[in-house]
Amino acid sequence: MLANVLSYTLNKFISNEKYVLKPRRSVVRRYALIATPLTVLAVWHFITLLELFPVFIIPSPQAVGIKLIAVIQDGRLWLHMGVTLQEVLGGLFLGVSVGMILGYLIAHIPVLEDLLSPIIVAFQATPILAYAPLLVIWFGTGITGKMITGALVVFFPMLMNTIVGIRSVPENLRDLMRVSRASRWQLFAKLELPAAMPVLLTGLKTSATLAVIGAVVGEFVTANAGLGYWVKVARDSYDTPLVFVAVISLTVIALSLYGAVSLLERRLLAWQRRHRLVD
Amino acid sequence: MRVSVRDLQVTYRAPGGLALPALGPISFEVEPEQFVAIVGPSGCGKSSLIRVLAGLQKPSSGSAYLNHQPIQEPSSAVGLMFQDSNLMPWRTVIDNIALPLELAGVSKMERRAQAADLIPQLGLEGFEEAYPGELSGGMAQRVALGRVLIQRPEVLLLDEPFGALDALTREQISLDLLQLWQQSGATAIMVTHDIREAVLLADRVFVFSQRPGKLIADVHITLPRPRHSDDMFNEAFGDFVRQVRAAIDRA
Repeated sequence: MLANVLSYTLNKFISNEKYVLKPRRSVVRRYALIATPLTVLAVWHFITLLELFPVFIIPSPQAVGIKLIAVIQDGRLWLHMGVTLQEVLGGLFLGVSVGMILGYLIAHIPVLEDLLSPIIVAFQATPILAYAPLLVIWFGTGITGKMITGALVVFFPMLMNTIVGIRSVPENLRDLMRVSRASRWQLFAKLELPAAMPVLLTGLKTSATLAVIGAVVGEFVTANAGLGYWVKVARDSYDTPLVFVAVISLTVIALSLYGAVSLLERRLLAWQRRHRLVD
Repeated sequence: MRVSVRDLQVTYRAPGGLALPALGPISFEVEPEQFVAIVGPSGCGKSSLIRVLAGLQKPSSGSAYLNHQPIQEPSSAVGLMFQDSNLMPWRTVIDNIALPLELAGVSKMERRAQAADLIPQLGLEGFEEAYPGELSGGMAQRVALGRVLIQRPEVLLLDEPFGALDALTREQISLDLLQLWQQSGATAIMVTHDIREAVLLADRVFVFSQRPGKLIADVHITLPRPRHSDDMFNEAFGDFVRQVRAAIDRA
Protein backbone atom coordinates (compact mmCIF):
# COMPACT_ATOMS: atom_id res chain seq x y z
CA MET A 1 0.00 0.00 0.00
CA LEU A 2 2.77 2.31 0.99
CA ALA A 3 4.60 1.41 -2.19
CA ASN A 4 1.66 2.44 -4.39
CA VAL A 5 1.25 5.84 -2.81
CA LEU A 6 4.95 6.16 -3.08
CA SER A 7 5.35 5.49 -6.79
CA TYR A 8 2.54 7.92 -7.42
CA THR A 9 4.30 10.61 -5.41
CA LEU A 10 7.49 9.83 -7.21
CA ASN A 11 6.10 9.98 -10.73
CA LYS A 12 4.39 13.21 -9.96
CA PHE A 13 7.63 14.97 -9.29
CA ILE A 14 10.26 13.10 -11.21
CA SER A 15 9.50 15.03 -14.38
CA ASN A 16 10.78 18.22 -12.74
CA GLU A 17 14.19 16.77 -12.27
CA LYS A 18 14.98 16.04 -15.91
CA TYR A 19 14.11 19.60 -16.73
CA VAL A 20 16.94 21.01 -14.65
CA LEU A 21 19.45 18.55 -16.04
CA LYS A 22 18.89 19.53 -19.65
CA PRO A 23 21.74 21.20 -21.51
CA ARG A 24 21.78 24.99 -21.87
CA ARG A 25 18.71 26.59 -23.39
CA SER A 26 18.81 28.28 -26.77
CA VAL A 27 18.60 32.10 -26.88
CA VAL A 28 14.97 32.00 -28.04
CA ARG A 29 14.00 29.75 -25.18
CA ARG A 30 15.74 31.96 -22.66
CA TYR A 31 13.78 35.00 -23.90
CA ALA A 32 10.61 32.92 -23.77
CA LEU A 33 11.28 32.38 -20.09
CA ILE A 34 11.15 36.15 -19.45
CA ALA A 35 8.34 36.78 -21.94
CA THR A 36 5.69 34.91 -19.95
CA PRO A 37 5.95 36.93 -16.71
CA LEU A 38 6.07 40.15 -18.74
CA THR A 39 2.94 39.17 -20.65
CA VAL A 40 1.10 38.34 -17.44
CA LEU A 41 2.10 41.72 -16.04
CA ALA A 42 0.93 43.51 -19.20
CA VAL A 43 -2.44 41.72 -19.25
CA TRP A 44 -2.91 42.48 -15.56
CA HIS A 45 -2.12 46.14 -16.19
CA PHE A 46 -4.50 46.26 -19.17
CA ILE A 47 -7.40 44.72 -17.21
CA THR A 48 -7.06 47.26 -14.41
CA LEU A 49 -6.95 50.08 -17.00
CA LEU A 50 -10.39 48.96 -18.19
CA GLU A 51 -11.66 49.43 -14.61
CA LEU A 52 -13.92 46.40 -14.91
CA PHE A 53 -13.35 45.46 -11.27
CA PRO A 54 -13.10 47.57 -8.13
CA VAL A 55 -9.61 48.02 -6.66
CA PHE A 56 -10.29 45.69 -3.74
CA ILE A 57 -10.85 42.85 -6.19
CA ILE A 58 -8.01 43.43 -8.64
CA PRO A 59 -5.59 46.20 -7.70
CA SER A 60 -3.35 47.62 -10.41
CA PRO A 61 0.31 46.57 -10.60
CA GLN A 62 1.23 50.10 -9.58
CA ALA A 63 -0.91 49.93 -6.43
CA VAL A 64 0.79 46.68 -5.48
CA GLY A 65 4.19 48.21 -6.25
CA ILE A 66 3.49 51.21 -4.06
CA LYS A 67 2.32 48.94 -1.25
CA LEU A 68 5.45 46.84 -1.61
CA ILE A 69 7.72 49.87 -1.28
CA ALA A 70 5.74 51.06 1.73
CA VAL A 71 6.03 47.77 3.64
CA ILE A 72 9.71 47.48 2.79
CA GLN A 73 10.28 50.97 4.17
CA ASP A 74 8.35 50.45 7.40
CA GLY A 75 10.09 47.10 7.91
CA ARG A 76 6.92 45.01 8.12
CA LEU A 77 7.81 42.92 5.05
CA TRP A 78 11.09 41.75 6.61
CA LEU A 79 9.37 41.01 9.90
CA HIS A 80 6.70 38.76 8.39
CA MET A 81 8.99 37.25 5.81
CA GLY A 82 11.54 36.48 8.52
CA VAL A 83 8.97 34.69 10.67
CA THR A 84 7.67 32.62 7.74
CA LEU A 85 11.19 31.83 6.55
CA GLN A 86 12.10 30.51 10.01
CA GLU A 87 8.99 28.35 10.05
CA VAL A 88 9.66 27.06 6.55
CA LEU A 89 13.32 26.23 7.15
CA GLY A 90 12.60 24.70 10.55
CA GLY A 91 9.76 22.59 9.18
CA LEU A 92 11.83 21.57 6.18
CA PHE A 93 14.77 20.53 8.33
CA LEU A 94 12.60 18.62 10.78
CA GLY A 95 10.46 16.89 8.15
CA VAL A 96 13.39 16.00 5.91
CA SER A 97 15.47 14.62 8.79
CA VAL A 98 12.71 12.51 10.27
CA GLY A 99 11.54 11.40 6.81
CA MET A 100 15.03 10.32 5.79
CA ILE A 101 15.86 8.50 9.02
CA LEU A 102 12.53 6.68 9.12
CA GLY A 103 12.69 5.98 5.38
CA TYR A 104 16.14 4.47 5.75
CA LEU A 105 14.99 2.24 8.60
CA ILE A 106 11.86 1.14 6.73
CA ALA A 107 13.90 0.37 3.61
CA HIS A 108 16.02 -2.04 5.64
CA ILE A 109 13.48 -3.44 8.10
CA PRO A 110 10.38 -4.51 6.12
CA VAL A 111 8.32 -5.25 9.23
CA LEU A 112 8.58 -1.58 10.18
CA GLU A 113 6.74 -0.74 6.98
CA ASP A 114 3.85 -3.02 7.99
CA LEU A 115 3.81 -1.56 11.48
CA LEU A 116 3.99 2.09 10.50
CA SER A 117 2.22 2.36 7.16
CA PRO A 118 -1.32 2.53 8.70
CA ILE A 119 -0.32 5.59 10.73
CA ILE A 120 1.72 7.20 7.99
CA VAL A 121 -0.86 6.75 5.26
CA ALA A 122 -3.68 7.91 7.56
CA PHE A 123 -1.72 11.07 8.33
CA GLN A 124 -1.06 11.63 4.67
CA ALA A 125 -4.66 10.95 3.59
CA THR A 126 -6.18 13.34 6.14
CA PRO A 127 -6.09 16.98 5.01
CA ILE A 128 -3.50 18.82 7.07
CA LEU A 129 -5.93 21.73 7.47
CA ALA A 130 -8.24 19.45 9.43
CA TYR A 131 -5.77 18.54 12.12
CA ALA A 132 -3.64 21.67 12.10
CA PRO A 133 -5.79 23.16 14.95
CA LEU A 134 -4.76 20.18 17.08
CA LEU A 135 -1.13 21.04 16.51
CA VAL A 136 -1.83 24.56 17.76
CA ILE A 137 -3.40 23.12 20.90
CA TRP A 138 -0.39 20.90 21.47
CA PHE A 139 2.48 23.07 20.38
CA GLY A 140 1.16 26.59 20.96
CA THR A 141 0.54 29.51 18.67
CA GLY A 142 4.22 30.35 18.17
CA ILE A 143 6.73 29.33 15.53
CA THR A 144 7.07 25.73 16.78
CA GLY A 145 3.50 24.76 15.85
CA LYS A 146 4.05 25.96 12.27
CA MET A 147 7.33 24.14 12.02
CA ILE A 148 5.56 20.94 13.03
CA THR A 149 2.78 21.58 10.50
CA GLY A 150 5.39 22.11 7.81
CA ALA A 151 7.34 19.06 8.93
CA LEU A 152 4.26 16.87 8.67
CA VAL A 153 3.63 17.98 5.09
CA VAL A 154 7.28 17.56 4.12
CA PHE A 155 7.75 14.27 5.90
CA PHE A 156 5.75 12.06 3.55
CA PRO A 157 7.41 12.73 0.18
CA MET A 158 10.81 12.65 1.85
CA LEU A 159 10.02 9.32 3.47
CA MET A 160 8.78 7.87 0.20
CA ASN A 161 11.73 9.07 -1.80
CA THR A 162 14.15 7.74 0.78
CA ILE A 163 12.52 4.30 0.74
CA VAL A 164 12.56 4.18 -3.07
CA GLY A 165 16.11 5.52 -3.22
CA ILE A 166 17.58 3.06 -0.73
CA ARG A 167 15.65 0.08 -2.09
CA SER A 168 16.74 0.80 -5.66
CA VAL A 169 20.45 0.51 -4.86
CA PRO A 170 21.60 -2.28 -7.23
CA GLU A 171 22.08 -5.62 -5.49
CA ASN A 172 25.32 -6.12 -7.45
CA LEU A 173 26.82 -3.01 -5.91
CA ARG A 174 25.79 -4.24 -2.46
CA ASP A 175 27.65 -7.48 -3.24
CA LEU A 176 30.66 -5.46 -4.33
CA MET A 177 30.67 -3.65 -0.99
CA ARG A 178 30.37 -6.97 0.83
CA VAL A 179 33.30 -8.59 -1.00
CA SER A 180 35.30 -5.45 -0.34
CA ARG A 181 34.38 -5.92 3.33
CA ALA A 182 32.85 -2.49 3.73
CA SER A 183 31.63 -1.56 7.19
CA ARG A 184 27.99 -0.68 7.86
CA TRP A 185 28.89 3.00 7.82
CA GLN A 186 30.87 2.69 4.57
CA LEU A 187 27.95 0.90 2.97
CA PHE A 188 25.79 3.88 3.82
CA ALA A 189 28.21 6.69 3.02
CA LYS A 190 29.92 5.25 -0.07
CA LEU A 191 27.07 3.36 -1.68
CA GLU A 192 23.55 3.93 -0.37
CA LEU A 193 23.72 7.69 0.00
CA PRO A 194 25.27 8.52 -3.38
CA ALA A 195 23.20 5.89 -5.19
CA ALA A 196 19.97 7.25 -3.69
CA MET A 197 21.02 10.88 -4.14
CA PRO A 198 19.05 11.58 -7.37
CA VAL A 199 15.82 10.35 -5.77
CA LEU A 200 16.57 12.07 -2.46
CA LEU A 201 17.11 15.39 -4.21
CA THR A 202 13.83 15.01 -6.08
CA GLY A 203 12.18 14.50 -2.70
CA LEU A 204 13.96 17.50 -1.25
CA LYS A 205 12.77 19.66 -4.13
CA THR A 206 9.17 18.61 -3.55
CA SER A 207 9.64 19.14 0.16
CA ALA A 208 11.04 22.63 -0.26
CA THR A 209 7.82 23.93 -1.81
CA LEU A 210 5.59 21.87 0.48
CA ALA A 211 7.27 23.35 3.56
CA VAL A 212 5.98 26.78 2.47
CA ILE A 213 2.44 25.40 2.20
CA GLY A 214 2.77 23.83 5.65
CA ALA A 215 3.90 27.07 7.26
CA VAL A 216 1.08 29.08 5.66
CA VAL A 217 -1.54 26.50 6.69
CA GLY A 218 -0.23 26.79 10.25
CA GLU A 219 -0.39 30.57 10.12
CA PHE A 220 -3.94 30.48 8.79
CA VAL A 221 -5.04 28.57 11.86
CA THR A 222 -3.61 30.97 14.42
CA ALA A 223 -0.71 33.35 14.28
CA ASN A 224 0.34 36.84 15.10
CA ALA A 225 3.05 37.18 12.48
CA GLY A 226 4.16 35.69 9.17
CA LEU A 227 3.15 36.07 5.54
CA GLY A 228 0.16 33.71 5.83
CA TYR A 229 -1.10 35.66 8.82
CA TRP A 230 -0.56 38.83 6.84
CA VAL A 231 -2.67 37.55 3.95
CA LYS A 232 -5.51 36.87 6.39
CA VAL A 233 -5.26 40.26 8.09
CA ALA A 234 -5.05 42.14 4.78
CA ARG A 235 -8.03 40.26 3.37
CA ASP A 236 -10.12 41.01 6.46
CA SER A 237 -9.45 44.73 5.99
CA TYR A 238 -9.97 44.57 2.20
CA ASP A 239 -6.37 45.66 1.66
CA THR A 240 -6.06 43.62 -1.53
CA PRO A 241 -2.75 45.19 -2.66
CA LEU A 242 -1.26 43.94 0.62
CA VAL A 243 -2.66 40.45 -0.04
CA PHE A 244 -0.83 40.55 -3.38
CA VAL A 245 2.41 41.65 -1.72
CA ALA A 246 2.21 38.83 0.82
CA VAL A 247 1.36 36.20 -1.78
CA ILE A 248 4.17 37.34 -4.07
CA SER A 249 6.58 37.22 -1.12
CA LEU A 250 5.56 33.62 -0.48
CA THR A 251 6.17 32.84 -4.14
CA VAL A 252 9.62 34.36 -3.84
CA ILE A 253 10.42 32.18 -0.81
CA ALA A 254 9.15 29.01 -2.50
CA LEU A 255 10.99 29.69 -5.75
CA SER A 256 14.23 30.56 -3.96
CA LEU A 257 14.15 27.31 -2.03
CA TYR A 258 13.34 25.36 -5.16
CA GLY A 259 16.19 27.12 -6.96
CA ALA A 260 18.61 26.42 -4.12
CA VAL A 261 17.84 22.70 -4.23
CA SER A 262 18.15 22.74 -8.04
CA LEU A 263 21.59 24.29 -7.72
CA LEU A 264 22.57 21.68 -5.17
CA GLU A 265 21.32 19.04 -7.57
CA ARG A 266 23.39 20.45 -10.44
CA ARG A 267 26.48 20.25 -8.27
CA LEU A 268 25.87 16.83 -6.71
CA LEU A 269 24.63 15.14 -9.86
CA ALA A 270 27.11 16.65 -12.29
CA TRP A 271 28.09 13.11 -13.29
CA GLN A 272 24.63 12.54 -14.78
CA ARG A 273 25.22 15.22 -17.39
CA ARG A 274 28.39 13.59 -18.70
CA HIS A 275 27.79 11.50 -21.77
CA ARG A 276 29.76 9.05 -23.83
CA LEU A 277 33.05 10.29 -25.21
CA VAL A 278 34.05 7.19 -27.11
CA ASP A 279 32.47 4.10 -28.52
CA MET B 1 46.58 -19.64 -2.74
CA ARG B 2 45.02 -23.08 -2.93
CA VAL B 3 41.28 -23.30 -3.49
CA SER B 4 39.54 -26.52 -2.57
CA VAL B 5 35.95 -27.55 -2.68
CA ARG B 6 34.65 -30.66 -0.92
CA ASP B 7 31.19 -32.19 -1.44
CA LEU B 8 29.83 -28.73 -2.03
CA GLN B 9 26.11 -28.42 -2.69
CA VAL B 10 23.94 -25.39 -3.26
CA THR B 11 20.19 -25.82 -3.13
CA TYR B 12 17.62 -23.08 -3.57
CA ARG B 13 14.17 -23.09 -2.12
CA ALA B 14 11.47 -22.51 -4.76
CA PRO B 15 8.44 -20.37 -3.83
CA GLY B 16 6.31 -23.50 -3.43
CA GLY B 17 8.76 -24.88 -0.87
CA LEU B 18 10.26 -27.23 -3.41
CA ALA B 19 14.03 -27.79 -3.13
CA LEU B 20 15.87 -26.79 -6.32
CA PRO B 21 19.38 -28.24 -6.36
CA ALA B 22 21.58 -25.83 -8.32
CA LEU B 23 25.04 -27.20 -7.80
CA GLY B 24 26.85 -30.30 -6.75
CA PRO B 25 27.79 -32.31 -4.93
CA ILE B 26 31.12 -31.22 -6.34
CA SER B 27 34.75 -31.57 -5.22
CA PHE B 28 37.96 -30.23 -6.73
CA GLU B 29 41.34 -28.73 -5.91
CA VAL B 30 42.92 -25.75 -7.63
CA GLU B 31 46.66 -25.40 -7.13
CA PRO B 32 48.18 -22.04 -6.25
CA GLU B 33 48.64 -19.77 -9.29
CA GLN B 34 46.58 -22.05 -11.48
CA PHE B 35 44.04 -20.65 -13.94
CA VAL B 36 40.81 -22.62 -14.11
CA ALA B 37 38.05 -21.89 -16.57
CA ILE B 38 34.57 -23.25 -15.97
CA VAL B 39 32.25 -23.91 -18.91
CA GLY B 40 28.84 -25.50 -18.93
CA PRO B 41 25.21 -25.05 -19.88
CA SER B 42 23.38 -22.04 -18.47
CA GLY B 43 21.86 -22.51 -15.06
CA CYS B 44 24.41 -25.14 -14.06
CA GLY B 45 25.30 -23.39 -10.83
CA LYS B 46 28.55 -21.79 -11.99
CA SER B 47 27.60 -18.42 -10.55
CA SER B 48 26.51 -20.06 -7.30
CA LEU B 49 29.96 -21.62 -7.03
CA ILE B 50 31.61 -18.24 -7.55
CA ARG B 51 29.38 -16.66 -4.90
CA VAL B 52 30.27 -19.38 -2.40
CA LEU B 53 33.97 -18.94 -3.11
CA ALA B 54 33.60 -15.17 -2.70
CA GLY B 55 32.00 -15.70 0.70
CA LEU B 56 28.76 -14.07 -0.46
CA GLN B 57 26.67 -17.19 -0.05
CA LYS B 58 26.69 -20.13 2.35
CA PRO B 59 26.71 -23.61 0.78
CA SER B 60 23.77 -25.86 1.62
CA SER B 61 26.22 -28.63 2.47
CA GLY B 62 29.92 -29.35 2.07
CA SER B 63 32.60 -26.67 2.21
CA ALA B 64 34.99 -24.53 0.23
CA TYR B 65 38.48 -23.73 1.49
CA LEU B 66 41.21 -21.19 0.89
CA ASN B 67 44.54 -22.72 1.92
CA HIS B 68 42.54 -25.27 3.92
CA GLN B 69 40.64 -22.59 5.85
CA PRO B 70 36.88 -22.87 5.36
CA ILE B 71 35.34 -19.86 3.63
CA GLN B 72 32.86 -18.21 5.98
CA GLU B 73 32.76 -14.62 4.79
CA PRO B 74 34.37 -12.40 2.14
CA SER B 75 38.15 -12.33 2.39
CA SER B 76 40.51 -9.52 1.43
CA ALA B 77 42.61 -12.13 -0.39
CA VAL B 78 39.80 -12.75 -2.86
CA GLY B 79 38.85 -10.43 -5.71
CA LEU B 80 35.57 -10.81 -7.58
CA MET B 81 34.76 -9.52 -11.05
CA PHE B 82 31.09 -9.42 -11.96
CA GLN B 83 29.18 -10.09 -15.18
CA ASP B 84 28.64 -6.43 -15.80
CA SER B 85 31.21 -3.83 -14.89
CA ASN B 86 29.24 -2.90 -11.77
CA LEU B 87 30.91 0.49 -11.47
CA MET B 88 29.62 3.35 -9.37
CA PRO B 89 28.34 5.88 -11.91
CA TRP B 90 29.05 8.84 -9.60
CA ARG B 91 32.73 8.00 -9.27
CA THR B 92 35.43 8.76 -11.81
CA VAL B 93 37.47 5.94 -13.35
CA ILE B 94 40.34 6.43 -10.94
CA ASP B 95 38.07 6.57 -7.89
CA ASN B 96 36.25 3.45 -9.02
CA ILE B 97 39.54 1.59 -9.32
CA ALA B 98 40.68 2.87 -5.94
CA LEU B 99 37.46 1.90 -4.14
CA PRO B 100 38.75 -1.28 -2.41
CA LEU B 101 41.73 0.64 -1.01
CA GLU B 102 39.44 3.44 0.12
CA LEU B 103 37.28 0.95 1.99
CA ALA B 104 40.40 -0.54 3.55
CA GLY B 105 41.34 2.90 4.88
CA VAL B 106 44.28 3.69 2.57
CA SER B 107 44.96 7.44 2.33
CA LYS B 108 43.67 9.34 -0.67
CA MET B 109 47.12 10.15 -2.06
CA GLU B 110 48.36 6.60 -1.69
CA ARG B 111 45.33 4.96 -3.26
CA ARG B 112 45.18 7.39 -6.18
CA ALA B 113 48.89 6.78 -6.81
CA GLN B 114 48.34 3.04 -6.88
CA ALA B 115 45.35 3.38 -9.17
CA ALA B 116 47.33 5.67 -11.48
CA ASP B 117 50.04 2.99 -11.74
CA LEU B 118 47.47 0.50 -13.03
CA ILE B 119 45.94 2.84 -15.62
CA PRO B 120 48.49 2.26 -18.42
CA GLN B 121 48.41 -1.53 -18.01
CA LEU B 122 44.66 -1.40 -18.33
CA GLY B 123 44.86 0.79 -21.43
CA LEU B 124 42.88 3.58 -19.78
CA GLU B 125 45.31 6.49 -20.21
CA GLY B 126 43.50 9.78 -20.51
CA PHE B 127 40.29 8.47 -18.96
CA GLU B 128 41.30 8.83 -15.31
CA GLU B 129 38.73 11.52 -14.61
CA ALA B 130 35.98 10.17 -16.89
CA TYR B 131 32.72 8.87 -15.46
CA PRO B 132 31.47 5.33 -16.21
CA GLY B 133 28.62 6.77 -18.30
CA GLU B 134 31.25 8.11 -20.70
CA LEU B 135 32.93 4.74 -21.27
CA SER B 136 32.30 1.95 -23.75
CA GLY B 137 31.47 -1.52 -22.42
CA GLY B 138 35.01 -2.79 -22.92
CA MET B 139 36.57 0.16 -21.14
CA ALA B 140 34.13 -0.18 -18.26
CA GLN B 141 35.21 -3.80 -17.84
CA ARG B 142 38.83 -2.67 -17.85
CA VAL B 143 38.02 -0.35 -14.97
CA ALA B 144 36.33 -3.25 -13.18
CA LEU B 145 39.43 -5.37 -13.77
CA GLY B 146 41.58 -2.61 -12.32
CA ARG B 147 39.34 -2.41 -9.27
CA VAL B 148 39.89 -6.14 -8.62
CA LEU B 149 43.64 -6.08 -9.25
CA ILE B 150 44.36 -3.06 -7.05
CA GLN B 151 43.70 -5.09 -3.92
CA ARG B 152 46.38 -7.61 -5.09
CA PRO B 153 44.11 -10.61 -4.66
CA GLU B 154 45.59 -14.06 -4.20
CA VAL B 155 42.45 -15.53 -5.68
CA LEU B 156 40.76 -13.96 -8.67
CA LEU B 157 37.14 -14.92 -9.26
CA LEU B 158 35.71 -13.95 -12.65
CA ASP B 159 32.03 -14.54 -13.31
CA GLU B 160 31.63 -14.28 -17.10
CA PRO B 161 33.35 -10.92 -17.01
CA PHE B 162 33.44 -10.37 -20.77
CA GLY B 163 30.11 -11.95 -21.66
CA ALA B 164 28.50 -8.75 -22.85
CA LEU B 165 31.38 -7.55 -25.05
CA ASP B 166 31.79 -7.89 -28.80
CA ALA B 167 34.22 -10.53 -30.07
CA LEU B 168 37.12 -8.21 -30.93
CA THR B 169 37.01 -6.26 -27.67
CA ARG B 170 36.63 -9.50 -25.83
CA GLU B 171 39.72 -11.08 -27.34
CA GLN B 172 41.88 -8.06 -26.61
CA ILE B 173 40.74 -7.73 -23.02
CA SER B 174 41.21 -11.49 -22.47
CA LEU B 175 44.81 -11.21 -23.60
CA ASP B 176 45.36 -8.23 -21.31
CA LEU B 177 43.84 -10.19 -18.47
CA LEU B 178 46.19 -13.07 -19.23
CA GLN B 179 49.19 -10.79 -18.93
CA LEU B 180 47.98 -9.06 -15.75
CA TRP B 181 47.15 -12.41 -14.16
CA GLN B 182 50.61 -13.76 -14.91
CA GLN B 183 52.22 -10.76 -13.22
CA SER B 184 49.92 -11.06 -10.22
CA GLY B 185 50.64 -14.65 -9.25
CA ALA B 186 47.00 -15.13 -8.27
CA THR B 187 44.94 -18.26 -8.53
CA ALA B 188 42.19 -17.59 -11.04
CA ILE B 189 38.75 -19.17 -11.45
CA MET B 190 36.75 -17.87 -14.36
CA VAL B 191 33.28 -18.72 -15.60
CA THR B 192 32.87 -18.32 -19.34
CA HIS B 193 30.66 -19.40 -22.21
CA ASP B 194 33.43 -19.08 -24.75
CA ILE B 195 35.37 -22.33 -25.20
CA ARG B 196 38.20 -20.69 -27.16
CA GLU B 197 38.61 -18.10 -24.43
CA ALA B 198 38.69 -20.86 -21.83
CA VAL B 199 41.38 -22.81 -23.68
CA LEU B 200 43.47 -19.69 -24.38
CA LEU B 201 43.55 -18.57 -20.76
CA ALA B 202 43.31 -21.64 -18.58
CA ASP B 203 45.55 -24.39 -17.25
CA ARG B 204 42.47 -26.49 -16.69
CA VAL B 205 39.00 -26.29 -18.13
CA PHE B 206 36.21 -27.65 -15.92
CA VAL B 207 33.11 -28.77 -17.78
CA PHE B 208 29.91 -28.69 -15.72
CA SER B 209 26.78 -30.74 -16.35
CA GLN B 210 23.19 -29.54 -16.50
CA ARG B 211 21.60 -28.48 -13.23
CA PRO B 212 22.49 -29.49 -10.60
CA GLY B 213 25.99 -28.72 -11.90
CA LYS B 214 28.55 -31.48 -11.45
CA LEU B 215 32.11 -31.66 -12.65
CA ILE B 216 32.04 -33.99 -15.65
CA ALA B 217 35.40 -33.20 -17.25
CA ASP B 218 38.67 -31.63 -16.17
CA VAL B 219 40.67 -30.89 -19.32
CA HIS B 220 44.33 -30.00 -18.71
CA ILE B 221 45.45 -27.40 -21.25
CA THR B 222 49.16 -28.06 -21.63
CA LEU B 223 49.85 -25.27 -24.14
CA PRO B 224 53.09 -23.49 -23.17
CA ARG B 225 53.01 -20.06 -21.51
CA PRO B 226 53.21 -17.17 -22.11
CA ARG B 227 50.38 -17.53 -24.58
CA HIS B 228 49.52 -15.15 -27.42
CA SER B 229 46.64 -14.63 -29.77
CA ASP B 230 48.60 -16.52 -32.49
CA ASP B 231 48.35 -19.65 -30.36
CA MET B 232 44.69 -19.84 -31.34
CA PHE B 233 45.73 -20.96 -34.83
CA ASN B 234 47.84 -23.89 -33.55
CA GLU B 235 46.74 -27.42 -34.18
CA ALA B 236 47.12 -28.26 -30.48
CA PHE B 237 44.84 -25.35 -29.59
CA GLY B 238 42.20 -26.67 -31.95
CA ASP B 239 42.51 -30.15 -30.41
CA PHE B 240 41.87 -28.80 -26.92
CA VAL B 241 38.87 -26.81 -28.14
CA ARG B 242 37.44 -29.96 -29.72
CA GLN B 243 38.09 -31.94 -26.55
CA VAL B 244 36.20 -29.41 -24.40
CA ARG B 245 33.46 -29.15 -27.00
CA ALA B 246 32.99 -32.94 -26.94
CA ALA B 247 32.78 -32.93 -23.13
CA ILE B 248 30.09 -30.23 -23.23
CA ASP B 249 28.09 -32.23 -25.76
CA ARG B 250 28.07 -35.13 -23.34
CA ALA B 251 26.86 -32.82 -20.54
